[in-house]
Amino acid sequence: MIVQLAVEVPYWGQSLLRVLGGLVAVLLPAGTIVYLFLFKMMSFMQSRLGPMEAGPFGSMQLFAEVGKWLQKEDIVPENADARIYKIAPIIVLVSTFLLVVVIPFGPDAWFTNFSAGVFYALAIGSVSVIGILVAGWSSANKYSLLGGLRAAGQLIAYELPMVLAVVGVVIQAGSMNLQDIVMAQNTGEIFGWSGIGFPFVLTQFVGFLIFMIAVQAELTQAPFDMPIAESELVSGYMTEYSGFRFLMFFIGEFATAGVFALIASVLFLGGWGIPFSWFGWETIDQVDNWMNIVGPLIMFTKMMVLTGIIMWVRFSYPRFREDQLQRFAWKVLIPLSLANIAVTAIVKVVV
Amino acid sequence: MSAFLATEVNVAQNVGFYIIAALMVYGALRVVSTRNVVHAALWLVVVLGGVAAQYILAAAEFVAVSQVMVYIGAVMVLFLFGIMLTRATIGAESDLNNRGWGIGIPVAALLLAVMVWAIIDEFGSSIIDEPAQPMPTTALSDVFLREGLVPFLALSFVLLAAAIGAIVLARKD
Repeated sequence: MIVQLAVEVPYWGQSLLRVLGGLVAVLLPAGTIVYLFLFKMMSFMQSRLGPMEAGPFGSMQLFAEVGKWLQKEDIVPENADARIYKIAPIIVLVSTFLLVVVIPFGPDAWFTNFSAGVFYALAIGSVSVIGILVAGWSSANKYSLLGGLRAAGQLIAYELPMVLAVVGVVIQAGSMNLQDIVMAQNTGEIFGWSGIGFPFVLTQFVGFLIFMIAVQAELTQAPFDMPIAESELVSGYMTEYSGFRFLMFFIGEFATAGVFALIASVLFLGGWGIPFSWFGWETIDQVDNWMNIVGPLIMFTKMMVLTGIIMWVRFSYPRFREDQLQRFAWKVLIPLSLANIAVTAIVKVVV
Repeated sequence: MSAFLATEVNVAQNVGFYIIAALMVYGALRVVSTRNVVHAALWLVVVLGGVAAQYILAAAEFVAVSQVMVYIGAVMVLFLFGIMLTRATIGAESDLNNRGWGIGIPVAALLLAVMVWAIIDEFGSSIIDEPAQPMPTTALSDVFLREGLVPFLALSFVLLAAAIGAIVLARKD
């Protein structure tokens, strides 16, 4: 990450920069998504203005909200299992921070260059389910428990199509390393024409669709919001939480949306790269250093487009019923993603 | 014994190993001594997470990630899911032990002895290269799709048979 800078940064300095970079990579997308999409886009779609008082166009509303949540009392229900009740939101938020660690933002702008990066991201993504389950259980509230159980059933069902959708990309790129996947897309050619590289969304469009649907379900955004269903379960596993711990769930939800959008843009849309043929680069070592600044901006743009789609779907569709939701995962998405893997593997061997 | 007396061991790595190992032993004892099923399951998560950390220390990152994916992401979630669907009481329970719990101790001791013997016999004097180079995922897949192909297929078949068996047992119609 820091290797290319003129000054020598000591190890503790690098670690500090990594921690700061991780905080920015998680909190900045979360804040932008909440303000731009949850406050403004949703309001405009419903013919209202949204927050307008705090700052120009209500842009400071977010800080007001955070301030409000921090002031509230941290309530633990009397019958709750206090220790686990307090740990649960931390599990959810930490799994989001661990997720961002493998995403490359530029030729040298990465936190860690893990050879099994995709696999790591999918594995850590499934850890947050434990946090959600124990949050529902430890609240000592039957609605919370129901919400937690629904969440677990849904996340188990949609974990599988997500993993299988990614396998197609891994086969095509021939690597599980996210940096190599970015490389494969930006050095690729479409029948000898290298003008736009070769983003995998072109050949893996089915995989991309399955991945985005699974992400929608993993994030429990409508139409997959059975677990939090405000109107019947009063927010499910989050019912009893208030103040700082509710804020952690809230940040975790939207930060995870941002991080999954980043992963999707790395896997399917070419990640931080621009087609290498534009500047005559051939390997990752030849990429100019300014890409370490431009790369994160490209990633951020792609992330905003993808989270925009996620939120747009969220505001547009009504909720799935539990049986529809499970049938859709097991009878449509999983067979489709298996067929996608089979076709990809055959084409890879033949071509 | 030579493994314990070697001079070229990485001290930081060994300190890390023993800290994580101590945490894992404490977690494992809590799994069997706690009075609440959900707490036991969560302590088991700590133990399994410790195993993943040990794999990372041994430069086996693919195995570590598999550990997290399979045991924490799938097995423990199903455990908790099952516990919460059936008995999810909050607070201590009194009837968690069954009558045969004493037999568990010699079985565990025997298992420990066999594994310690097998591992020291096989890897007793080998030391991880410095700096530790994790095995690339492609090299790993080359091994178990060439030399290890037959056991790999046999294992897959056993898993498939178990999955079908579970469906057959669970379906009443």
